[in-house]
Amino acid sequence: MEILVCVKRVPDTAENEIIVNRDGTDIEREDLVFSVNEWDNYAVEEAIQIKDKVGGNVTVITVGNDDAEEVVRREMAMGADRGILLCDEAFEGSDGKGIASILKAEIVKGKYDLVLTGAQADDGAGQVGGMLAAMLDWPFASLVNKIEVIDDKKILVGREIAGGNQEINEIDLPCVLSIQTGINEPRYVGIRGIRKVASADIPVHGANDLELSPELVGPAGSLVKRLDFFVPEPGEGAKMLEGNTQEILDKLVEILKSKGGIK
Amino acid sequence: MPGKIFVYVIHREGTADDTALELLAAAKKIDPEASVTALVAGSDKELENVVKQIAPSFNEVWKIDHESLSYIIAETLRPMLARIIPKGSILLIPHEHFSMDLSPGLSIKLEAAFIPDVVAFEDIKENKLTAIREEFSGQVSTHVMCDISQGVVISVRSGAFKPEATAAGKGQIVDKTSEALSGGIPNGKRRYLEVIEAETGEVDITKSDILVSVGRGIEDQDNMDIIYELAETMGGDISCSRPIVDARWLDKSRQVGTSGKTVKPKVYLALGISGSFQHLGGIKGSPFIIAINKNPKAPIFQIADVGIIADILEFVPELTGKIEEIKG
Repeated sequence: MEILVCVKRVPDTAENEIIVNRDGTDIEREDLVFSVNEWDNYAVEEAIQIKDKVGGNVTVITVGNDDAEEVVRREMAMGADRGILLCDEAFEGSDGKGIASILKAEIVKGKYDLVLTGAQADDGAGQVGGMLAAMLDWPFASLVNKIEVIDDKKILVGREIAGGNQEINEIDLPCVLSIQTGINEPRYVGIRGIRKVASADIPVHGANDLELSPELVGPAGSLVKRLDFFVPEPGEGAKMLEGNTQEILDKLVEILKSKGGIK
Repeated sequence: MPGKIFVYVIHREGTADDTALELLAAAKKIDPEASVTALVAGSDKELENVVKQIAPSFNEVWKIDHESLSYIIAETLRPMLARIIPKGSILLIPHEHFSMDLSPGLSIKLEAAFIPDVVAFEDIKENKLTAIREEFSGQVSTHVMCDISQGVVISVRSGAFKPEATAAGKGQIVDKTSEALSGGIPNGKRRYLEVIEAETGEVDITKSDILVSVGRGIEDQDNMDIIYELAETMGGDISCSRPIVDARWLDKSRQVGTSGKTVKPKVYLALGISGSFQHLGGIKGSPFIIAINKNPKAPIFQIADVGIIADILEFVPELTGKIEEIKG
């Protein structure tokens, strides 16, 4: 099976406190730790596990600048066979639809059976996979937490719905799936793994290579534009317990007792 | 003024979801004068019940009634909606798992814009709608401006808008079934098979009065012992946020959130939980919430009653000791 996994380089929100810059045009990016989007990492692991079962190739792709190459390489170190970087000044400032258009242009040049994305990334939008599927006229499922290959024409797909329930579907290939965290346990990538792919060739494709008309991407192709970043006025919020640890513990235990928090 | 405004109504077992009236309120925020149309799909009696419930609140109800929609999957419904929704319309849909399936692709098929997971609307000028959404796990908000001249699909976070109280609709029911089916029943590259219900697990956290809930701040499986010890000392049950289940440190049946269990304890102790809206969506019945987190900006402090800025790895063992002390 030929599998393509779309990944994104993002600030790691578990490691960073995100701070808005002074004029609200961006977040402070200087000291941020960047990594591959958590959901995408599960998608790559799932692709590798499918390949290990039924054969084929896993290709990892991203839309981004030169820095984005490092996440492609990291995912290749996990076991992906190939990487592609889609990079062009014209792509900068694309909205979700623009990103989906760029990915589509690359996908139609290849021959893929299965395209995976993360269910969402740092902007919480969860839109690129669904848009891509609609552009390709391929079937789509989001929040996927189980994949079983039935044969080379169809797969069994479980997706997460409300209340921890799981919806099971049969889906014809080719298709696009967005992967939910927890579907597998992504393998650890050590220094040795990274070294092994350090010199692997990662082709870079731009707008011309993709024969992509400029009005589809970048600010010109975007119907949705981010105007600023801001931190909302905090509401009343929690009553913060302050003082030294002993004082805080005393207050907290009193509160727990009065609210029925200690049996 | 913008095009026609639609609210997509989600329903389960013949009952309309609370989001129907929340999205009606959201529609009125975009245009207070708007005549808002409810859009509801399903089949037979269940659909009839839903239509009856919502009709008094909306000016119009458009329904699609077909057996292929007795369990709705987005791949079946999307082409039907693309056939009946007029160009330039605004469609509001609750931001949850069904919208994740339906909406991004629907915006492409309608050649409309898409704004996901909106929490507020700022203003509308000509064909430019400005909305507010969150990024980076809710740490930062943004204004986004959207060109809606070709129409727009907007997924709206549940709970973000207070339900519209007044019933001011005419409730005219329009059957759109035949138009939706013109060109045939869309099919069948994705076929629904079944829903596998979540397991309850050894402890049913939906019945617990005291929940000691743990999140990413625990950092390592080896540290989980301090949570077990605290829960035992307090006489509470252990629950958790999503990363703990993803890491396989607790069973899925312990997860609180929209994709896990909905709990209604008296006291909820959130330990190292940042407080994503998906997690908070699983806490109902206004429990007394105590949050302990080392990040002062964690969204959990916005909704907690009491907060403590501390590293749970250090604070929790001290708390356990203190409670043991007073219990003697």
